[in-house]
Amino acid sequence: MIHPIPPGTRDVLPDEMRELRLLSERLRAAFERAGYGEVRTPMMEYEDVLRRGDDRVAGAGFRVFDERGRVLLLRSDMTIPIARLVSARYPDAPTPVRLCYFSHACRVVERGSGHPMELLQAGVELIGQGGPEQDVEVVALTSSALAEAGLRRHKIGLGDGSLYRTLLASLEVAEDRWAPLLERLSRRDLVGLAREVDGLGLPPGARRLLVNVPTLRGGPDVLAQAEPPLSTALENLRACHDLLAQRGIEERVIFDLGLVRELGYYTGTVFEVYDPAVGFALGGGGRYDDLLGRFGRSLPACGIALDMHRVHAAQAEEERAG
Amino acid sequence: MSELTIAVPRGALFSDTVDLLDRLGIETAELRTNRRKLLFPEIGVVTMRPSDVPTYVEHGAADIGITGKDVLLEQHDRGVYELLDLQYGHCRMIVAAREGDDALDESLRRLGAVRIATKYPRIATAHFADTGRQAEIVVVKGSVEIAPLTGLVDGIVDLTASGRTLAENHLVEREQIVACSARLIANPVAHKLKAVAIDHLVASLQALE
Repeated sequence: MIHPIPPGTRDVLPDEMRELRLLSERLRAAFERAGYGEVRTPMMEYEDVLRRGDDRVAGAGFRVFDERGRVLLLRSDMTIPIARLVSARYPDAPTPVRLCYFSHACRVVERGSGHPMELLQAGVELIGQGGPEQDVEVVALTSSALAEAGLRRHKIGLGDGSLYRTLLASLEVAEDRWAPLLERLSRRDLVGLAREVDGLGLPPGARRLLVNVPTLRGGPDVLAQAEPPLSTALENLRACHDLLAQRGIEERVIFDLGLVRELGYYTGTVFEVYDPAVGFALGGGGRYDDLLGRFGRSLPACGIALDMHRVHAAQAEEERAG
Repeated sequence: MSELTIAVPRGALFSDTVDLLDRLGIETAELRTNRRKLLFPEIGVVTMRPSDVPTYVEHGAADIGITGKDVLLEQHDRGVYELLDLQYGHCRMIVAAREGDDALDESLRRLGAVRIATKYPRIATAHFADTGRQAEIVVVKGSVEIAPLTGLVDGIVDLTASGRTLAENHLVEREQIVACSARLIANPVAHKLKAVAIDHLVASLQALE
């Protein structure tokens, strides 16, 4: 008789566990060396507290009731619990606060989709300073930690989550028309996006810009866009590029003007991590300058989370390839 | 092209898709003649059911793929890029019912809900919810046209191109839900790491139009 476990969850046996442990120790050492202290937060929290962070994160989640009937939610990411933790436990601490974590999170997934319901995330959060220096610090740390873990071919996508909004505003597209455009963009439906843009009745140059921007990705030449609305919207990414070049890691980065993250709390620079050995992004993150204020201590912040099983899969593939 | 693995749909889209590959300069002779072979590594092609294409592309087992918009709507949470409308395989997702009486309205009025058979439960559920009608969605795998004829349901949600199958089964179209056609989709990681090859392919396809 085999007793089942829920779809999307897994047992880990000693061979895999040893490798996962080794991998997390390498990442942890890299994070600690850079001044990121490890924290742990409760597996479940009050739903109304997590909802302060992002309504959508709390939407499709796993809930239980405590003995007093309060609704508890299994966390679906670590960024919101850390925003709560910083506001509660570091109310007056000098900034920046640098934290890292190795924690499980739970997400509702379609049955048979092959996606995990429970995932193990490794991540860092840099809280208290806002600017390209901090974005680049997080990117550089992620990249060096992954390189140490043996992911020689990994790349980090760098975009700006506010870019498309900035363009829509500067092209004077009425704000009540934005939602369907942003929805197509975040669903990666470029055919639907082009149709929605066509419906706006813009002049040809503006139309072309809104349709083409999400397809622009690659090296620094992507940032060399001359036309006015785009050129000013790219200042943040250009500043990131200069800092990456100073650190000598610009080759690791793909500038991606179409990159958007699904979570609603990102306000600026966004990241995604890729490795040719794995068909999914290994992780991602970005700048979330409004999130901590919702918990009481208003501070700019940015962070990144990696899916440990995907990083492990990439590492195993790299080893196989020699 | 060989840098990219492409998921090619067998079935209704197959012949137009192979024609398209021809025009891109891909050697398709064996693809056309060998119906039982599924994997063509020398031309970077893997063939499968259209509804499996988003799965292979999402997981990165294929870098790009071609499938119908109907499949993408039904599997709308797949993390893939939809890059191009390929302008073939035109068809429509419709609601159909028996000719003569209006079983849909009758059921809705007297029984409170319409019963709908479909291979597209998510599209059907969303359509009736969006139009403020209660519906019981019955999922069938095979010929959906017989479901209203046998009394299983009041109507169907299905894909039609010419409408011939509907007419042969004495069904009439009552509502159009959405027009569909073949789409080029891409894996999100391949879209970044193989950007040059994918952009080249997209530009070649746009130049054909």
